Amino acid sequence: MRHACLRILRKPSIAAFMLLCSAFAAPLAAQHNGARPAAAASPPEDGQWTMPSRDYASTRYSGLNQITRSNVRNLKLAFTFDTLNRKGHEAAPIVVGNMMYLTTPYPNHVWALDLSKGGRAVWVFRPHPAPASQGIACCDVVNRGAMYANGRLFFTTLDGEVFAIDAKSGHQVWRNKIGDISKGETITMSPLVAEGKVLVGNSGGEMGVRGWLAALDAGTGRLAWKAYSTGPDKDVLIGPSFKPYYASDRGADLGVHTWPAEAWKIGGGTVWGWISYDPQLKMIYYGTGNPGPWNAQQRPGDNKWTTGVFARDIATGQARWFYQSSPHDLFDHDDINEQVLLDMPIHGRMTPVLVRPGRNGYMYVIDRRTGQVYSAEAYGFINSMDGVDLATGRVRMVKEKAPKEGRVIRNICPTASGVKDWNPSAFSPRTGLLYVPHENMCMDEGVFEANYIAGTPYVGADVKMYAGPGGHRGVFTAWDPVRAKPVWEIKESLPLWSGALATGGDVVFYGTMDGWFKAIDASAAGGGRLLWQVRLDSGIISQPVSYRGPDGRQYVAVVTGVGGWAGAIVSAQLDPRDPTAALGMVNAMRDLPGRTKPGGTLYVFALPK
Amino acid sequence: MSSPFRNSFLPRALPSLHAGRGRGWVRLSKRRFASLAHPPLAPPLQGGGFIALAFLLALAGCDREQRDMNGQPKAETAAFVPRGDPRSAEYENNAFHIAQGQKWFGWFNCSGCHFHGGGGMGPPLMDDQWRYGGRMEDIVASILYGRPNGMPDWRNKITEQQAWELAAYVKSLSAHPRQDALSARADEMSNTEPQTLQERQKVVPETKAQPSGEEN
Repeated sequence: MRHACLRILRKPSIAAFMLLCSAFAAPLAAQHNGARPAAAASPPEDGQWTMPSRDYASTRYSGLNQITRSNVRNLKLAFTFDTLNRKGHEAAPIVVGNMMYLTTPYPNHVWALDLSKGGRAVWVFRPHPAPASQGIACCDVVNRGAMYANGRLFFTTLDGEVFAIDAKSGHQVWRNKIGDISKGETITMSPLVAEGKVLVGNSGGEMGVRGWLAALDAGTGRLAWKAYSTGPDKDVLIGPSFKPYYASDRGADLGVHTWPAEAWKIGGGTVWGWISYDPQLKMIYYGTGNPGPWNAQQRPGDNKWTTGVFARDIATGQARWFYQSSPHDLFDHDDINEQVLLDMPIHGRMTPVLVRPGRNGYMYVIDRRTGQVYSAEAYGFINSMDGVDLATGRVRMVKEKAPKEGRVIRNICPTASGVKDWNPSAFSPRTGLLYVPHENMCMDEGVFEANYIAGTPYVGADVKMYAGPGGHRGVFTAWDPVRAKPVWEIKESLPLWSGALATGGDVVFYGTMDGWFKAIDASAAGGGRLLWQVRLDSGIISQPVSYRGPDGRQYVAVVTGVGGWAGAIVSAQLDPRDPTAALGMVNAMRDLPGRTKPGGTLYVFALPK
Repeated sequence: MSSPFRNSFLPRALPSLHAGRGRGWVRLSKRRFASLAHPPLAPPLQGGGFIALAFLLALAGCDREQRDMNGQPKAETAAFVPRGDPRSAEYENNAFHIAQGQKWFGWFNCSGCHFHGGGGMGPPLMDDQWRYGGRMEDIVASILYGRPNGMPDWRNKITEQQAWELAAYVKSLSAHPRQDALSARADEMSNTEPQTLQERQKVVPETKAQPSGEEN
C-alpha cells in the first residue's frame, strides 16, 4: 500500500490524498471504504433478478437479507429442476414476478418455471440452432443467460441468432441471425437490453473472426448500429467524440495501422463477455477479446482495438474512450470480464469509476468518464508482466516470458485463461468489497505459424496448463477496490469457474467445479469463513442468484452442469493423455472426471418456513 | 516436396480471406434446396439472353466457391466411402503416409479442434470411440464430406490423397498402431522437460507423501 501511495504521490497531488495515504497505513479493516454502486445503474431491491448481472452496474448483489450469517446453515432444498442437458451450464436463472427463466447450453432451450407452483415448467422454447455450430464453439457449447425487459425475454443461440420471445406465452416476437458460423462466429453471451437496444457481440476469437458488438432495436430486432473491434475508424465507430485518455490510443485508423497488412480482417477482438451501462452518462462499457492468432509473432503491432475496454454512446454506438489492457496480447488475455460501476473516493473525491478484474491479473480502477486508470494492482500471481505504468497506461511485459516460434516457454503465469476468466464477481455495498472467483494457474506455451482457413481454428499455439504456486488452482478473493488490496482469500483446489453472488445478509455464495455450493461470511473481519456448503450432482460453473419468492421468502438458486473451457474434459470426455487438449486446459483438469460428472440441474434453497 | 500439395492448396501462403458476405450460411442452404426442386436455369432462359445467362453462371460460380466453406449440416448416412476400397490397405500402417498425414494434421488446422488426439472443440481421436465408424473408409468420409455436429467438409480443399494420409495418421492415434510405422517426429511442443535437465528420481521415496496434499 505504501508503495502505491508513493507512486501516486510522485505526481502533483493533493494534500488530502496524503492524509488518505496515512489513514490507510493504520489498520482500518472494519471501516467502510466509501465505495458504492453507481446509483442510477443500481436500482433499489425489488426481489427480482432480471438480468445475469442483476443490474446495469453489474453488482450481482441482492439486497434481500432473510438469509444471514447466523441462519444460513439452516438452508434447505426448496425444489430442483433438471434441464435434460448435460453440457456446461454457465447461465444465470432469471426471475421476474412469479416466473423463473432458464437458458441451457446448445441447443439453447429456454425453460419457464412457475415459482408459485413449486417451480413447475410452464413452457419451453426450442430455437433449433444449427448442429454444426457445436464444432465452431471454442470452449464447450455454453450460453450465459437471457435478459428480461418490457415483457420480453432476449437471448442468443450458439449459431449466431438473437431471439426476443414473449415472457408470458413463450411465443417468438422476433429473431435475427447476426452471426455466421461459416466464418467461425458463434454467440454465447447474454444480451444487454437498455434504452430500447439489444446489445450482442460475437464469439470465435480462436477462429480468426473479426469481433463486433451489434445493437438491435428491441422492438423489431433490426440492426441499429454495429461496432467492429478492428479495422478503419468508420467500422469501429470512432468519430469526433472519441477522446481516449492515453496517447497510444490516439490517431487515425489505428485498427488498421497497428496490424500487418489485412491481418485486422481476421484479427479477433470478439465481444463475448459482459456489458455494463451507466444511465446517467448514457454510456456502455464492454471489453474486447484476444487478437488472432494466439501466436503474436504473426501480428506485430498493438493490434487495436483488441484486449481492451470500450466506452460507447448507447444511442449511436460512437466510441468515447478506449483503454487497452494488453497491447499486442501475447497470452490470449481476452479483456471481456465484467466492469462493476462504482462511485468511490479517488484522491479524496467521490469519482465515477468502473472496477474490472482483468484477465491479465490486474484489478483496474478506471474513470468512467475519461478512461483514466487510477489503479491496477495484481489480484493473483503474475510473472509474465510487471505492473501497469499509470502514466502511459501500458502494462510492462516480462521479456523472457514472451512466446517465440520454435521454442517452448515454461512457467508463464497466469495461463491463457488468465487470473480470472469470464465468471463474474459480485460487489456488496454493505462491505464495500468485491468478491472475485478466480484462478491460480501457470502454463507452458510453444507457438508456431497458424494457417487461416475460414471456419477452423486460427491459434498457432500448443499449451499445457498446471496449478500455480501453492498447488491450488482456484482462489476466491475479497478485494477492497479503494485501498487496492485483498482483504481475505480462500484457496480452492480446482479453478473457480462459477460467478459470485453477494447478499444483504452479508453472505456471499459461489460454486466449485466438483459440485460444492458454498456460503461465505462476507465481512472483512470474517476472513472468508465458510458458513455452509452442500454437495450437488455436478460441478458448478454457472451464476448463482437470489430472489424473493411468491411466498415472500428469500431464495438462492444455482444451476449445476460442469463444462466450459475448464470442464470440457468431463462434458466432452476429452482425453487427458494429450496434455495440449482443449488449448492445454485438460492437463490442469485431469483429476476432474474423478471428482464430478456431467449434469444440468437447477437447485433452489430457502430457510425452512 | 511432393507435387500434389503444390498444385492444390497452399496453406503456408498468406492467409486467404473468406470471400463470403453477410449471412451466406442461411441463404445458401435455402438456395440449395430450391435448386433441388426446380431446374435453376429454366425460368431465366425464357426471357433472358446470353448476357443474363453469363451473369447467372458467374453468380453460380460465386456460390460454388462459398459452398465449400459452409457449415451445412450433413446427414449422418450421407457421407459414404465404400468399404473395401483398395486404398485402405495401401495407406493404413504405411510409415510415409502416416508421417505425411501428421504434417497435414497441423497444416490444415485439424489440431486446432482435436489437438494432438485429446480433443477440444472436436472429439478426442486417441480413444477407442468412433462416432462415425473407425475404418479407414469411414474416417476418409468424415474428412471429405464432414459430419453434422461440426466437422467441416474438406473436399475440394484438400486432395483425396491427403484425406487418405490424414486418415492413416488419425487411425494411428488410437488402438494399437504398428510402432515401426509411426513417425519419430513430434509435431507438437515438447511436454516434458528433457531428461538431461531432470533431477534423478528416487526409486523409493525417502519421506511419505504429504497426507492431504493435492495431486499433480
